[in-house]
Amino acid sequence: MPDIAYHAPIRFAYIYTTILQSYMKEQEIKISPAGSTSFSLAEIWGNRELLYFFAWRDIKVKYKQTYLGILWAIVQPLLLMAMFYFIFSRTLNVSVGMSYPVYTFTGLILWGLFSSGITHSSESLLSSSQIIRKIYFPRILIPLASLLTALVDFFVAFLLLIVLLIIFRQPVNWHAVYSFPLAIALTFIASFGIGSLLATLNVKYRDFRYLLPFAIQLLFFSSQIVYSIHSLGQGWLKLLLYCNPLNGALELFYYPFHSRPLNITGIFISTAVAFFFLITGLFYFKKTETYFADII
Amino acid sequence: MKPVIEISQLGKKYRIRKAEPYLALRDAITDSFKYILRKKNNTKEDFWALQDINLAIEQGERVGIIGRNGAGKSTLLKILSRITWPTTGQAIIRGRLASLLEVGTGFHPELTGKENIYLNGSILGLKKREIDKQFDAIVDFSGVEKFIDMPLKNYSSGMQLRLAFSVAAHLEPEILLIDEVLAVGDAEFQKKCIGKMEEVSKNHGRTIIFVSHNMASLQNFCTKGVLLENGIIREENDINAVINTYLSNTLKQKLKFSERKDRIGNGQVKIVNVTLLNETGIRTGESLKVEIEYASLTNNIEVTEFGVSIWDNNEGKIISLSSTFKNQLHQISKSGKVVCEIPYLPLVNGSYLLNAFVSSLFGIEDYIERIFEFDVHENDIFGTGKIVDPEWGKIAVEHNWFIQNDTK
Repeated sequence: MPDIAYHAPIRFAYIYTTILQSYMKEQEIKISPAGSTSFSLAEIWGNRELLYFFAWRDIKVKYKQTYLGILWAIVQPLLLMAMFYFIFSRTLNVSVGMSYPVYTFTGLILWGLFSSGITHSSESLLSSSQIIRKIYFPRILIPLASLLTALVDFFVAFLLLIVLLIIFRQPVNWHAVYSFPLAIALTFIASFGIGSLLATLNVKYRDFRYLLPFAIQLLFFSSQIVYSIHSLGQGWLKLLLYCNPLNGALELFYYPFHSRPLNITGIFISTAVAFFFLITGLFYFKKTETYFADII
Repeated sequence: MKPVIEISQLGKKYRIRKAEPYLALRDAITDSFKYILRKKNNTKEDFWALQDINLAIEQGERVGIIGRNGAGKSTLLKILSRITWPTTGQAIIRGRLASLLEVGTGFHPELTGKENIYLNGSILGLKKREIDKQFDAIVDFSGVEKFIDMPLKNYSSGMQLRLAFSVAAHLEPEILLIDEVLAVGDAEFQKKCIGKMEEVSKNHGRTIIFVSHNMASLQNFCTKGVLLENGIIREENDINAVINTYLSNTLKQKLKFSERKDRIGNGQVKIVNVTLLNETGIRTGESLKVEIEYASLTNNIEVTEFGVSIWDNNEGKIISLSSTFKNQLHQISKSGKVVCEIPYLPLVNGSYLLNAFVSSLFGIEDYIERIFEFDVHENDIFGTGKIVDPEWGKIAVEHNWFIQNDTK
């Protein structure tokens, strides 16, 4: 080692990588019929660069040969916002208790994360079949990369949201500090769960391809984007709507914009549903992973 | 020291579903109904691609895996590279493993050459740091520097292959699995790649498992051979001994023709026998007659096409013939014999392999590879006593030369 090695942090990093390397050398892989039943977080962490490259590829390819490039991430919600504003706010007089365009745009970008997360990750395994048949890596990286791609689009659109908040002079209270990250996390978990479940089902039964567009529409109209759940009467319908996990996330996402109390029950239901899908999705994914290459 | 790869009682069973390339929900539902009704579902068939494989590979060994198509070579590599899981037994791998079942896995046409190097390298298990370090060497080796920032779709297929090979050649794992991949691309560049890999493996004691049909490169590259036959290990020995067993086996195939199980096709029409009608041996430039005897198993089938192909010893495809090319066979009977005549056989002296198939309206009914090997003997086709050396080319054709003088 050169003399800079005496610099403590560098020396520490050096020792650490040496230990890591020697660990990698000693690694022993056991291949047996069952496959592994649990997700090895260490393995996913070890392949984080590949995850990054997959996501990076998806983003690059998505916007290659487009004039607007990544700006497409905001054009879509912006156009939809304008349309919804004229239809629902100006014509039908739907009230959401705050500036309608801001409300809809906020909802639409979280919806974008949710829906494109689900759509892309559920298609992801099939569209990567060529790679799956030829090389090993933790398969879960594929739907995960699709979600990361959706997340990048989301953050681009989020920047525009900040601009819109300033233009429409929409006050934001301090609750945003925790409610925004929670909303994003909840959306991420839900779409990861649903996405990996559908991705697995898609490998086995291609029928789910045809079911998906319909399910996405159903999810859209059951999400409080063009309307607000609070304006609906009390009762079972509200609780039923919170079974769509995005509604809980939206509840949190809108929270810093108004002074209404949070619907804790609703958020709880949404969270429970999201985790149900996450656990079911990952479990089923893992169980089927062993024969992806044989049937894809 | 423990072996780097330890395989014990490994087996892989495939469930073959006839005519259904993928599952549909409908099948799952009807299957469960059938289960309730206790009806036997006869669209499924079990097939053991590998059975009771026991193998220990020491560090630094270069093992060639030999066998006919369908012998289980690729399945074994797929299990070792964890693409698919075994049905029985286990394998233990000690060390960092990389597998090359194809080159250029994950290449994307919209990305540039540079971007594809990173993507492909990462898929093959290289860290970004390692790719950074090797990047210049990879580009240099590929010889496509000028185009490295252009999208891959603008590359010729040869250039794409070169780039892919370059990434592959710079892998430095402790264990490397290589499938047939090296059989494509231009010969010159292939040699360069094999040379590079050989250098790496010999100098650094890397372990390599190599599947190929190319006996010459197996002989060059490997120290040990494993012969697979119908999913089981027939022989494990020095590479030369195993190649000899393999080659003498293919000659013997002729004798037990009806027992050949490695057939492809629907199986409603079977090839019963194939014979060469040349009694006095086959010579370059003379006629070759192949007789195919066939039989239909059912009455309601219409035989539409016969085909014959000839490969060289390394399974390089040389000649492909079909009765539909010439549109000569009509109203073929259900069973009988047909003859394919090549009036002028252009093959230079050497050994060749013969394959044949028969088709119906439903597609290929029976296709058998390597039915037998036959020798072509040299012949003075030009009438000058000069013959084409097999090293220079496999095909000898009639040709003429003229002097085109400048009249000025």
